[in-house]
Amino acid sequence: MASAQLQVQYTDLRQQSETAQLGMWVFIATEVLFFGSLIWAYVVYRTAYPLQFRLAGHDSVILLGSINQVILLTSSLTMVLAIRAARAQRQRQLLDLLLLTALLGVAFLGVKGYEYSLDAASHAVPVLDFLFKPGYRPPAEMFWTFYFIATGLHALHLTIGIVLVLILAARAARGAFSRGYDAPLEVIGLYWSFVDTVWLFLFACIYPLGRSLS
Amino acid sequence: MSTSAADLGSYIGSENTLSSWLLTRDHKRIALLFFASITVFFFVGGFAATLIRLHLVNPAGTLLQKEVYNRVFTMHGIVMVWFFLIPSIPATLGNFLLPLMIGARDLAFPRLNLFSWYLFNASGLLALYFLLVGGVDTGWTFYTPYSTLFANGHVIPAVVAVFINGFSTIATALNFVVTTHKLRAPGMTWFRLPLFVWAIYATSIIMLLATPVLAMTLALVALERLAGLGIFDPRLGGDPLLFQHMFWFYSHPAVYIMILPAMGVVSEIITCFARRPVFGYQGMCFALVAIAVIGFFVWGHHMFTTGISLTSAVVFSLMSFIVAVPSAIKVFNWTATLHNARIHFEAPMLYALGFIGLFTLGGLTGLVLATLSSDIHLQDTYFVVAHFHFIMVGGTVTAYFGGLHYWWPKITGRHYPEMWGRAAAILMFAGFSVTFFPQFIVGYLGMPRRYYTYPAEWQIWNVLSSAGASILALGYLLPLGYLPWSLCYGRRAEANPWGATGLEWQTASPPPTHNFEHTPRVTRGPYGYDPRDGSFVAQNGASRG
Repeated sequence: MASAQLQVQYTDLRQQSETAQLGMWVFIATEVLFFGSLIWAYVVYRTAYPLQFRLAGHDSVILLGSINQVILLTSSLTMVLAIRAARAQRQRQLLDLLLLTALLGVAFLGVKGYEYSLDAASHAVPVLDFLFKPGYRPPAEMFWTFYFIATGLHALHLTIGIVLVLILAARAARGAFSRGYDAPLEVIGLYWSFVDTVWLFLFACIYPLGRSLS
Repeated sequence: MSTSAADLGSYIGSENTLSSWLLTRDHKRIALLFFASITVFFFVGGFAATLIRLHLVNPAGTLLQKEVYNRVFTMHGIVMVWFFLIPSIPATLGNFLLPLMIGARDLAFPRLNLFSWYLFNASGLLALYFLLVGGVDTGWTFYTPYSTLFANGHVIPAVVAVFINGFSTIATALNFVVTTHKLRAPGMTWFRLPLFVWAIYATSIIMLLATPVLAMTLALVALERLAGLGIFDPRLGGDPLLFQHMFWFYSHPAVYIMILPAMGVVSEIITCFARRPVFGYQGMCFALVAIAVIGFFVWGHHMFTTGISLTSAVVFSLMSFIVAVPSAIKVFNWTATLHNARIHFEAPMLYALGFIGLFTLGGLTGLVLATLSSDIHLQDTYFVVAHFHFIMVGGTVTAYFGGLHYWWPKITGRHYPEMWGRAAAILMFAGFSVTFFPQFIVGYLGMPRRYYTYPAEWQIWNVLSSAGASILALGYLLPLGYLPWSLCYGRRAEANPWGATGLEWQTASPPPTHNFEHTPRVTRGPYGYDPRDGSFVAQNGASRG
């Protein structure tokens, strides 16, 4: 398979590669506003109902959230190392690192799924069977609404990322990438790190709340 | 269309199977695909407008039932905003011209460009679906809690249609921004870019940063309506005002998405037909960017009467006045460009001159609405309706038709019939003025928007408005006849019929598939017109007396 086809609108591969990367940066700018508007709405309500949000946040499972943070940060490391391996022409290592990246993504989703089951068991799912403990008012349920929307959207983005990394791995297995051609790795790597960064913000919005409550 | 030796090798003549169009990656063909799609929606939205104007001839409002009336004006708004005005100039003229103007062979991501058209059509089909099954009565603004708790129309399909439409907008805008950064021909520096490119670039930035906020807002509305989640519902601690903030954070910048490309078109036309360089070129560039940036901080002026704090109302009012400054700079610079010029009054120029007048009136009445005290009187009246139609129809649609005529020879290789073009331009200007100027008066007298009846003493203004609308409709129907006619019978166009300086005019009409035989080398700024004898030097150094 031709690893690096020059499309007609470009003068050389370097221009084509830089353009693809700029495209991803611009897309990420769009995504920042997409998640940003959700976090904006969250901040408005958290400011309006500080106590209720702390009560509700206290019920979140901070241990699993933290484990997932570590998993995702590690996966960004393996993604970057994969790009380095491609530049060093180490094909075997490149493939292993890409598969490890995807595996860490799947591990995140597994932990997240387990966490969702714990949330459901403690009646934290809004509308379905939300349990108002003593002192809880509707904004506590709203916290969980934001929790499920934000983490659900993040999981969707991560799932797309896993598929993309697996496609990269399939191409890497056929020797598609080299020192001279690593543009798709860079582009998908940017996306991967963005999804990782989103989790940093979501973690800060969700898990630390109400930890000082007994 | 008949083919000749001149057409062979052009982007239209080279291959004409169905799949060569539906799977094309050529930005010029995709522009024509977009043109076909939005033309359909322009007339769907226009049909709704016709019903509204017919209904309002009678103060008792007997033509449509009140529920139907609500659905008709909602449909008019949704279709015209998202399925015509937002994509109008960018997705058609912008798609066609941006690569040509910067000397590129195509956009950066041709497949994404085609995908954007399919997304647009998918959202359009969904829009037609909810239209056919009964429509929506929320108004195009989808205000909560009405849209989430009470409206019994098809809110979810409408919201999903607009959501998907947003992806199409973002895909196109991303392509434009990246292309402008990375694919400019050698010598095409930022301050040699034609103003149309600056306008499309600034517009694309707004699209990229505002559209995702609308997407999130509408997703939250859909979730609240579908699942009963508490987000904007006050009984569950939600705040309907938050919806308005989020909605207008998109929808006010969306106004600049509609008007900035129109300003770009008008700048190109005026300088060409005045045979003078644009007055204050760099100021025009900065004004476009300033409007794009400041436009993000004025959304609260839609909410002066909703109980926002006095402090924020004053700040939003002040910002709204400030955003008028770069807009005024543009109007003054167009006027200064015309000063002492030997003006040619071909059809595109008539549209452009009409634009300046109508946009100025629309902009100035915007200041009346940005003033806190007068806004309280005028909020939600026909004064507002007239104001934004002056900007969007008098401004954007006029410029869209002006651009269509100006670049028609380039796009099709044929001339439109000049007399018909001028007649349509004059009809549109006259029809528009008669339709919407009375609405300023009846709005100032207190007629609220979106009501299906009104007191009999306002009938004269409404009848005037409806009469004007019939002239306007004629103006819009004329090009639907003579433009397709010109495809077969129009005079063949040479490469540069207007004697214009942009790179798009330095290649064949219609252009070859990859735009230029050789990548052009740009040696000078965009507007090398000589006012003394009307001669010009094009951006690649070519000249003609």
